[in-house]
Amino acid sequence: MSFFPGVRLHVVSGKGGTGKTTVAAALAVALSRSGRKVLLVEVEARQGLAPLFGHPPLPYEETRLARTHGGGEVYGLSVDPELALIEYLEMFYKLGRAGRLLRRMGAIDFVTTVAPGLRDVLLTGKVKESVIRRAGNRPVYDAVVLDAPPTGRIVRFLGATDEVGHLAKVGPIAKQSEAVMALLRSPQTAIHLVTLLEEMPVQETVDGVADLRAAGLPFGAVVINKIREPQLGKADLSRARRGRLDLDSITSALSAVGLDTDPGAIKVLADEAREHAERVALQLTERLELEALDVPLLELPQLTGSVDLGTLHQLADVLVPE
Amino acid sequence: MTSPPRRLDLDAVLDTRRIVVCCGSGGVGKTTTAAALALRAAERGRRVVVVTIDPARRLAQSMGLTELDNTPRRVGEAGAEGGELHAMMLDMKRTFDEIVVAHADPARAEQILTNEFYVSLSSSLAGTQEYMAMEKLGQLHASGDWDLIVVDTPPTRSALDFLDAPQRLTGFLDGRFVKLLLAPAKAGGRAYLKVMNVGFAAFAGVLSRVAGAGLLSDLREFFTAFESLFGGFRERAQTTYDLLKDADTAFVVVAAPDPAALREASYFIERLSAEDMPLAGVVINRVHRSAAPHLTAERSIAAAEVLDERGGHTTAAGVLRLHADRVALSSRERAVITAFTSGQPAVPVAEIEAMASDVHDLAGLRRVGEELATRPAA
Repeated sequence: MSFFPGVRLHVVSGKGGTGKTTVAAALAVALSRSGRKVLLVEVEARQGLAPLFGHPPLPYEETRLARTHGGGEVYGLSVDPELALIEYLEMFYKLGRAGRLLRRMGAIDFVTTVAPGLRDVLLTGKVKESVIRRAGNRPVYDAVVLDAPPTGRIVRFLGATDEVGHLAKVGPIAKQSEAVMALLRSPQTAIHLVTLLEEMPVQETVDGVADLRAAGLPFGAVVINKIREPQLGKADLSRARRGRLDLDSITSALSAVGLDTDPGAIKVLADEAREHAERVALQLTERLELEALDVPLLELPQLTGSVDLGTLHQLADVLVPE
Repeated sequence: MTSPPRRLDLDAVLDTRRIVVCCGSGGVGKTTTAAALALRAAERGRRVVVVTIDPARRLAQSMGLTELDNTPRRVGEAGAEGGELHAMMLDMKRTFDEIVVAHADPARAEQILTNEFYVSLSSSLAGTQEYMAMEKLGQLHASGDWDLIVVDTPPTRSALDFLDAPQRLTGFLDGRFVKLLLAPAKAGGRAYLKVMNVGFAAFAGVLSRVAGAGLLSDLREFFTAFESLFGGFRERAQTTYDLLKDADTAFVVVAAPDPAALREASYFIERLSAEDMPLAGVVINRVHRSAAPHLTAERSIAAAEVLDERGGHTTAAGVLRLHADRVALSSRERAVITAFTSGQPAVPVAEIEAMASDVHDLAGLRRVGEELATRPAA
């Protein structure tokens, strides 16, 4: 296994619409092969993971989503902040009745919906717990993959604990915050950003890498998703872009194979080729911006049709070749 | 056969409503759509302000927005027939600060603004963005300066949190938790004795064990100073909620032609309908089409293969394969859209065609607006 050796927590973020949930799931599948046990966690109650594995919505309980070859297993968990808080209180403070009292008084609502960043603290706290949990002398999970909030929120999400730790200063919350931040800043963590070769996602990725660096959080890779190979050669792309394709030769080729060759149809084909060429040129510019970041770039192809376990394996093959 | 979806008449919305709220999941082009609608309304003669949250840099620049300063700025050359376009980016913290300054006496305001808990709350509170967007909407509406206010909502799964945020916040502020926190400040009063009876000591003990005593006292100071503002919050939250339900308001749900985005759109539609909010319709963004759909993907690919065999026709074969991809993509999207509209037959729909590059100037926004308002249903 050569995918970020030593990393046990993979945080996957990206702009909305880039496919970060699919990438997180594919990464979990990739890491689980050769007999490993991987936990895939979602924190936004979207229930986006389960359908990718053809599984009904996940409860707040680690549930097996797939067995992969070599005896590997992918488990899924949808973290609910309220239940995470009660679990946390019970674990650390043995608060049977007092926990219920807090709930009756609206304190649980307060923590999970109103208080500053406490919700994110609970979510990252739960993730940390699943990373460090041990059975006997070895970790329960070989790796944890987090389908994290989008790029625009990722630094605040991961840093929420720092913020609250700062507010709390002393006491168990402060101590817990330090432990979570220590894991998130350690070489055991890698944060990956998923993007498309389009202007806005690339801009967010560039900003995201800078923000993560500034926050001292360990960056992993940029995953360029949904890549489509150009259908035209370089010279044709350049001609198509300038509206200089040889329409007569296209017309005669089409008529030779018995296709409609009225000028309207040929013009549509040329227009489509021009748009394609423009997009390819734009993608090249965007790729240069990503290359300038000087971070590992991984590429995933555009797949057609809906995602299922088979597609996840296909993507996993590309992410981590066996 | 299902009947074609109803066409969303956006010009009618832009000409008559006072508030348009754009919502939808992240990455579907919501901000661009909001800006395009606002520009179109301005060019149809209305005085419009568009409130955006975190727009892409170049789009912001195209509207002359260079900083988050919470003040509507006129977008230079936009507007016709007396119409004007103004734009602003929402600054959550500043909006929150303004409320405090406007509703508390200077000494108390100072106390609140410097409280550590407040500093953290005002910039990272869950739901603050939603709440402040609605607060700003209320302010802009109350000013009477605008014919139309277009609001872009935050790109979260819970983008509809703004419907809940006011009630959640006021519900919480009225709750026993805050009363308990405030109780020691009124020590000696009857309220304190009363809550003592329901186990305040145990409660405070638990809290300070978990949170540390410092946090608790910060919290207490904050809520004590804040108490005078609670009434105002509740009142304005209710006013804004009523405003959203008003017939002068229209919600526009923005989506992309993929199953996940349309699933989210259905969720939004159901939430809005459950709250009795006036939904105008759905805008499906970045739809691919081909101007020559009669040349099918299958025939194009078959022809390209024949040309490959014959050799010497790489350009023609490549152009045909491109066309095949385009037609196939377009029919996959059409199938997804049809499934969506069959599930939501009463919801009017408008589409925007995919463009080769992102929109980042007024001309681009104008084109989008024109397409939205005039493109015939597919």
